[in-house]
Amino acid sequence: MSRRIPENEYGKRPMGAFRQWMEGSRDPYAGNVEVRAHDMPGESEEQLKKYQEEVFTVLRKAQDTANNNQYTLFRKFYRVAALLCCLTLTLLLFITVAYLPPVGNAGNPANNEVAAKYIEDGMQDTGAVNIVTGMILDYRAFDTFGESNVLFIATCTVLILMRNDKKKGKGSAEEEERRDSFHEPKNDRILQTVAMVLVPFIILFGIYVILNGHLSPGGGFSGGAIIGAGLILYLNAFGFEKTERFFTAKTYKWISFLALSFYCIAKSYSFYTGAHHLESGIPLGTPGDILSSGLILPLNICVGLVVACTMYAFFALFRKGGF
Amino acid sequence: MVFEWIRFIAGTGLLVIGVAAFLLEILGVFKFRYVLNRMHAAAMGDTLGIGAVLAGLMILFGFRFVTFKLALVLVFLWCASPVSSHLISRLECTINEDLEKSCEIETKKKRQE
Repeated sequence: MSRRIPENEYGKRPMGAFRQWMEGSRDPYAGNVEVRAHDMPGESEEQLKKYQEEVFTVLRKAQDTANNNQYTLFRKFYRVAALLCCLTLTLLLFITVAYLPPVGNAGNPANNEVAAKYIEDGMQDTGAVNIVTGMILDYRAFDTFGESNVLFIATCTVLILMRNDKKKGKGSAEEEERRDSFHEPKNDRILQTVAMVLVPFIILFGIYVILNGHLSPGGGFSGGAIIGAGLILYLNAFGFEKTERFFTAKTYKWISFLALSFYCIAKSYSFYTGAHHLESGIPLGTPGDILSSGLILPLNICVGLVVACTMYAFFALFRKGGF
Repeated sequence: MVFEWIRFIAGTGLLVIGVAAFLLEILGVFKFRYVLNRMHAAAMGDTLGIGAVLAGLMILFGFRFVTFKLALVLVFLWCASPVSSHLISRLECTINEDLEKSCEIETKKKRQE
C-alpha cells in the first residue's frame, strides 16, 4: 500500500507489517509458532472407548474430593486462614474504636465552630426551619448539585448499557419486555384497583414532602423517591402504554435538563452575589411560611424532579430498555 | 382514673396481641417449606399484627393528630400488603408446573360438581 516501495518490500518493514496485521492480511504467528493438532483417538470403536474411559477416570479422580489429601489439606488451611483474617480485622477495628473520642464529649473534633454556626445562625441565614435542609441546599448547595448530577450521569450510563433501539421484530424492546415478564400477572384487576386508589395519594404525599422540605423533615431526595415509587406502581399496574402517554425519554430529558440548569444558574447567582457582598434580591420571608427561605423551595423542587425521574427511568430501562 | 386504667389495659393488650402475631409470623416463615404456606404465615403478621399494634398505639395516644396519621398508615398497609402477597401467590401459581403436588387446587369443574 505504498507508492514508492513495492508491496513485497514494504511488508518486511515494521510499519508495513503493522499495517498488514491491522488489515488482517497477514498473521504474524503463521509459520513461527509450532502448532500441533490435538491427539485424536483412533478411528476404531475400541480405541474410542478406551479414550473415553481415560477421560472419565481423570474426571472422577479430579472430582473425588473426599479421598484427595491435598484438597482436604487446602480446605483445612482455608478455614483456618479465613478465621485468622477475620479475627485480625476485628481486632484492628476494635483497637481503632478504642482510640475514638467518647460520644458527647465537648472537646471532640466534631464539636467545632461549623456545627455551632449551623445551629445558631442557620435559621437567620437560610430562613429554613429545618436546619438539615438549610445546610444541604444553602450552605452546601454545590454538594447537593453534584449529587443530583451523579443521579443524572448514572441514568445516562444505564441508558448507554441498556437502551434497546430496535423498533420492530425479534429483539425489539416490546418483544423483550413481553418475554421477560411472560410469567408475570398482567392486567391484574386487584392490583389495578388498588393502584388507582393509592397512586394519587402516594404522589400527593411526595409533593407534600418536597414542598415542606424547609419546614419539616423531608426534602427533594425523599419526596422524589416517593413520587418515583408511585410512578413505578402505576407502571406495574397498567403497563407501558399508559405511562408512555405522559412520560417518555423526551420528557425525562427536558425535566432533567431544565431542573439541573435552573439549579446551577440560580445557585451560581446566589453564591456570586454572596461572595461579593452584593444584594441578591432573593427575599428570605418569614421562617415557617410555605413561601419562605429564598431559593431553598425551588431548589428542593428541582432535586425532587430529578430524583423522581431517575427512579422511574432506572426501572423502565431495566424492565424494557426504553421509556 | 378508672377510664385511664381501662385505656392502658386495652392499649397494652392490643400491643401484646400484635407482638404475639409477629412472633407467630416469624415462627411460620422459618418453619414452613412451601412458598404459599410461608406467605400465609407472613401475611398474618402484615395485617393482624400491624393492625393490632397500631390500634393499641392509637388507643394509648388518645384523640390527637398522631392518631389520625396512624390510622392513615394502617389503611395504607392494609391496602398494599395483601395486594403484594396476592401478586406473589399468582406468580407462584403461574410458574409452578407441579402445583398439584404442593397444594389442592379447586378448579371450576370441581366447584360445579
